Amino acid sequence: MYKPAWNDQVPEILKAAAPASLLPFGLGRSYGDSCLNAGRDLIDCHRLNRILGFDESTGVVRCESGVSLSDILRVFLPKGWFLPVTPGTSFVTVGGAIANDVHGKNHHCAGTFGAHVHQIALHRSDKGLVFCSSRENPEMLRATIGGLGLTGVIAWADIQLKRVGGPWIDSESIPFHCLKTFLDLSHESNDRFEYTVAWLDCFAGRNLRGIFFRGNHAANNRKDFHPKSGPKLPFELPSWILNRFSVRTFNAAYYAVHVAKKRRAIVAYDPFFYPLDSIRQWNLLYGRPGFLQYQCVIPEKNLEAFEELLDRVGRSGLGSFFVVLKQFGSAPPAGMLSFPRPGLTITLDFAIRGERTFELLRSLDEVVEKSRGALYPAKDARMSPAVFEISFPNWRDFVPYKDPKMSSSFWRRVTGLP
Amino acid sequence: MTNNTPVQAPASAGTPASESKPARVKKIVILGATSGIVLEVQRQLARRRCELLLVARSPQRLAALQADLLIRGASQVLTYSTDLSSIPQHNGLLEFACRKFPDFDTVLLAYGSMHGQKDSESSIDVLLEELQVDFVSAVAILTLFAAELERRRTGCIAAITSVAGDRGRRSNYVYGSAKGGLSLFLQGLRSRLHPAGVSVITIKPGPVQTPMTDGLPNAAQFANPQQVAHDIVGSLERRSPDVLYTPRIWRYIMTAVKLVPESIFKRLPL
Repeated sequence: MYKPAWNDQVPEILKAAAPASLLPFGLGRSYGDSCLNAGRDLIDCHRLNRILGFDESTGVVRCESGVSLSDILRVFLPKGWFLPVTPGTSFVTVGGAIANDVHGKNHHCAGTFGAHVHQIALHRSDKGLVFCSSRENPEMLRATIGGLGLTGVIAWADIQLKRVGGPWIDSESIPFHCLKTFLDLSHESNDRFEYTVAWLDCFAGRNLRGIFFRGNHAANNRKDFHPKSGPKLPFELPSWILNRFSVRTFNAAYYAVHVAKKRRAIVAYDPFFYPLDSIRQWNLLYGRPGFLQYQCVIPEKNLEAFEELLDRVGRSGLGSFFVVLKQFGSAPPAGMLSFPRPGLTITLDFAIRGERTFELLRSLDEVVEKSRGALYPAKDARMSPAVFEISFPNWRDFVPYKDPKMSSSFWRRVTGLP
Repeated sequence: MTNNTPVQAPASAGTPASESKPARVKKIVILGATSGIVLEVQRQLARRRCELLLVARSPQRLAALQADLLIRGASQVLTYSTDLSSIPQHNGLLEFACRKFPDFDTVLLAYGSMHGQKDSESSIDVLLEELQVDFVSAVAILTLFAAELERRRTGCIAAITSVAGDRGRRSNYVYGSAKGGLSLFLQGLRSRLHPAGVSVITIKPGPVQTPMTDGLPNAAQFANPQQVAHDIVGSLERRSPDVLYTPRIWRYIMTAVKLVPESIFKRLPL
């Protein structure tokens, strides 16, 4: 593990390394092995965390790759700027957000994080420091966005921030009872709401139910804002804590609370975007065996495939604690290997219960394959090379841009290449 | 001694160099600004809108720090590039500080170097270099700044030494002796500057997760730099205690370590 504290140390690390031996590492929030490099080395970038410049007039910030999104919010939200796109946790680095081309609740109108990257400087083992923008090395930029860290180490990136009136979100929550209603809500909201997402109770069986959330940045800054740091799970809970009954109870309660709550409310940005960030180390909830995430996208016209997917999850009895549903927009992908594409995306998580869990996920893969969908590498630890091929049929176009000294466990697993 | 008033010069020494009661750090010179131990300290000072003069070798690294700290709230950030281990450069630095950064109220010495103990046993050059960086150059630059603050009869000098300086151990006694020497020097300096109303703080961190300690065993269990920085900034603001152990537990650990009789201690594989 290398831990450079300064960008000027990175070239030496690259120079000394063997071919296909390195992988940049951020805050390790990828759920699978795309941020791992078994038996080889990681370049931990968390010390490369300086903000190098900010243009007040345009809102473009230049920062090193290890700057976290929570750090950007801490510095720039008080000045009236917000992230152009944010995933469901702020504990990720700018480098990681680019490498996974992350998306958020505003995908339908803002696209992915990579769409807001104007320029990057990339440490390459073969070419030195390479500047990439839409004018200079545009293909290298497109390869790096969603490139899983395999194109080199990002020295710094220019990110376009967005003006907001303050830390408040004008949010609404609306219960729904079938996929069709969800889609109607989503279509109806996409023009009027910057952020849309839904939570689904996959234990309700045939009587599907969920809550649709939508919101906009609130213009007025009427209340004082005090970000708070939440509790922390101190240790791994025994794995039996999460069982179908406790999750069923949790889901019923979560649903009931949101149905009973006021439909429309002004809420702080952090519970709206980062509900889990308030419980540090929430992953320990799943106990020693851990959990798997499963996020796929399915073209909207294949709604029956979506129903089939939910049905298989429901029948398995391995139901997922937190199911998130979102309609992606139709913006062209910012990166060569970007995951988001038009359609419905669903995120499920499964406490690992041995082979049964893996079997279920393989059966979900079949549905995704049949409907020409895709799986998200950032959340994957087990997709087969065949599923990767279906998800990213153009992956071979990416290979020439890969840095010869970079590799990852994920890359080797799904491509068979070094 | 129920009333803990700030340190004041005795009446005979002229006008007391009294500060407004909560002594606050506003304008601070950081010697060794790119040192891993002080990066987070600088951020916390920036958030308090302090003014900073950053001194270190690399102009590129200083430029990156300057940009970062200004964006994070520092009201002024100056940089000065020099090799602090080279004593002939020191006068130029003091002159620059007095001219471009007048009325600085705090000087924080943060640089240091730690070679492997084995290297300094087998190479006199490595040994002397370590003593030069961690002790000789440090006391030289502090002596310069001490004279300036003594003349002004106000301010605070703080220096980062180490718990390793509290007792010589076979695994790290060269670094330990340099840092221990620095701690002793600061103790004397504190006593000398006390009449002038200048505070001297000895900061003794336990092992912290910084580039200096990356290669050491158990590095993952070392203190995190945020916590240590929080303690350091707090002590700079209060101008106390005289000797800060951070994290606090090290005060008790080192008290215990110092109590072990030498006849036993020399046998311990520490």
